Amino acid sequence: MTADAQTILSPDVGNTTARRSRGLFRDAWRRLLASWNGRIGLTVVTLIVLLAILAPIIDPYDARTDSNLRMSRKPPSIEHPFGTDRLGRDMLRRIIHGTRVSLSVGVVVVFLSGAVGILLGLAAGYFGRGVDTVIMRIMDVLLAFPGILLAIAIVAVRGPGLGNTMLAVAIVGIPGYARVTRSMVLSLRERDFVQAAESVGVKDDRIMFRHILPNSLSPLIVQATLGVGGAILFAAALGFLGLGAQPPTPEWGAMISDGIPFLQTSPHMVFFPGIAIMLTVLGFNLLGDGLRDALDPQTQVHD
Amino acid sequence: MLQYILRRLLALIPVWIGVSILVFALIRLIPGDPVTVMLGERARLADIERLREQMGFNRSIPEQYFEWMGRVLRGDLGESIFNRMPVMSELKQRLPATIEIVVVALFIGVIVGVSIGIISAVRRDSWIDVTAMFGALIGVSMPIYWLALLLIYALAVNRRIFPPSARLDVDLDVVRRTGFMLIDTALMGDRRLFLNALWHLILPASVLSTTVMPILARLTRSSMLEVLRQDYVRTARAKGLRENRVIIGHALKNALLPIVTVIGLQLGGLLGGALLTETIFSWPGMGLWTYRAILSRDYPIVQGAVLVSATIYVVVNLLVDISYAYLDPRIRYQ
Repeated sequence: MTADAQTILSPDVGNTTARRSRGLFRDAWRRLLASWNGRIGLTVVTLIVLLAILAPIIDPYDARTDSNLRMSRKPPSIEHPFGTDRLGRDMLRRIIHGTRVSLSVGVVVVFLSGAVGILLGLAAGYFGRGVDTVIMRIMDVLLAFPGILLAIAIVAVRGPGLGNTMLAVAIVGIPGYARVTRSMVLSLRERDFVQAAESVGVKDDRIMFRHILPNSLSPLIVQATLGVGGAILFAAALGFLGLGAQPPTPEWGAMISDGIPFLQTSPHMVFFPGIAIMLTVLGFNLLGDGLRDALDPQTQVHD
Repeated sequence: MLQYILRRLLALIPVWIGVSILVFALIRLIPGDPVTVMLGERARLADIERLREQMGFNRSIPEQYFEWMGRVLRGDLGESIFNRMPVMSELKQRLPATIEIVVVALFIGVIVGVSIGIISAVRRDSWIDVTAMFGALIGVSMPIYWLALLLIYALAVNRRIFPPSARLDVDLDVVRRTGFMLIDTALMGDRRLFLNALWHLILPASVLSTTVMPILARLTRSSMLEVLRQDYVRTARAKGLRENRVIIGHALKNALLPIVTVIGLQLGGLLGGALLTETIFSWPGMGLWTYRAILSRDYPIVQGAVLVSATIYVVVNLLVDISYAYLDPRIRYQ
């Protein structure tokens, strides 16, 4: 309590909170590296991010000009470890370049739905009453749709494409962030340091963004990490249905559906892009699980 | 209890109205002129006028909504743009196929998922537990359409252990009574037909069950671990009950409570997964129909199917809440 009061009264509020949370995050980092989930997840995610960033450097490649019909649907070989697709394009190269598509989808979607969801959740929890009712009722409506069906419906009317896919998947994700943020706000509002800030007349937006939000970060980080995996899985499903990224974009879901007509003779066309999706999503899920345990010391007591 | 049900029912109404507004608005989100988009660039002017009239585009938006709503409440979801069939009658035809696959998938998912969860909790930190939980994590990370294709490749294309598509062999015929293939064939009393229907159902339903199985396994495990720590479990053991009775009779009964809620929430994933599964297995249900309607821009079908799916989802979750309150009296008095 005394520390909190000092935090409120000292002019440099932001710094003090930042220093305290750096301690929390350093502890969490140590706990993350101590768990198998965290270690494997972090490794997989790091590798995929590196692959996505370095792809144009290690393999300068233009998906539009790479086709070679004489090499159509060749099974895996030393020259083409994952085989080639219908147009004779190297599957491994397309999958590597696909990391850029999938990771951008994951990051953009989480950023969009996180930003909107967090703002709505903050407003609903902080202002309460009418604001809360209206916002949470709208969230209930969004949650009343089976997620992927809503996304498909949105893309169906807006037209296929990567942009609309990201928009649709982001909309579906908003209520999750709003709910988590709102419940954090509701519990933090009652805490002494927030009450103290209110009583000395700190403005609403400052309380929300400087006092409540920084203290709600743990569950939101977990939600966002798992959200990247979920968004990638969702967007790949839309791509598979032909509603997502359009050719010649090397999108994993679309690559799987390209392989369907040749399933019997060239199963590698279906197999490898699916492995890529699974490994990437698994990486984010492991990391999210690891972060949940690492950021919430209470679960440590049980396990 | 009755009061609780009424209160939940009342809370449902604004949500459903919101759902209907959103579904109605979807068509208005089509960039450009929806009618031209639906009929294509080369449509005849008369057709365009007819559809515009039929969809009520010449009136104000609120008027259009209430008009549409009135028809929906009377069970009229409009008609398909292409074959002019009433959306509602085709929906009734196709809904049983989807319900059948979803229910069987849910059944498989619950039985297998909950069993794995119990074993993992009881044999905590053993190799069975570690393997099962890693498997569950792989399960939630895997695209189900990909799993479906791998299984078709392994079991249906090269070796014909399972059929790759449809609900029944083409040369077989069934008298349609309920629309549920398993029930219809059973009613006919023909064992060969029934087994054929079951044989067609197993692969798609198993694939679809993987949308819920890993989640239920993980949840059952953590819920069981929570319960096994409780005093009454220790008491049960202390008074000399056999371990099986303690696990099944005492622990599982209470561990199941949160699982019931999650089953309701997972229905959304099942309905979405059904669209993907039906598309791959040519399963003539609502999902495949919706998907084809999306590709052909038959928006009245898309609208109707989305509205009905959301309604089913909301109603089932209401039922889950009610059963939850029945199982756990503490809920009712909140």
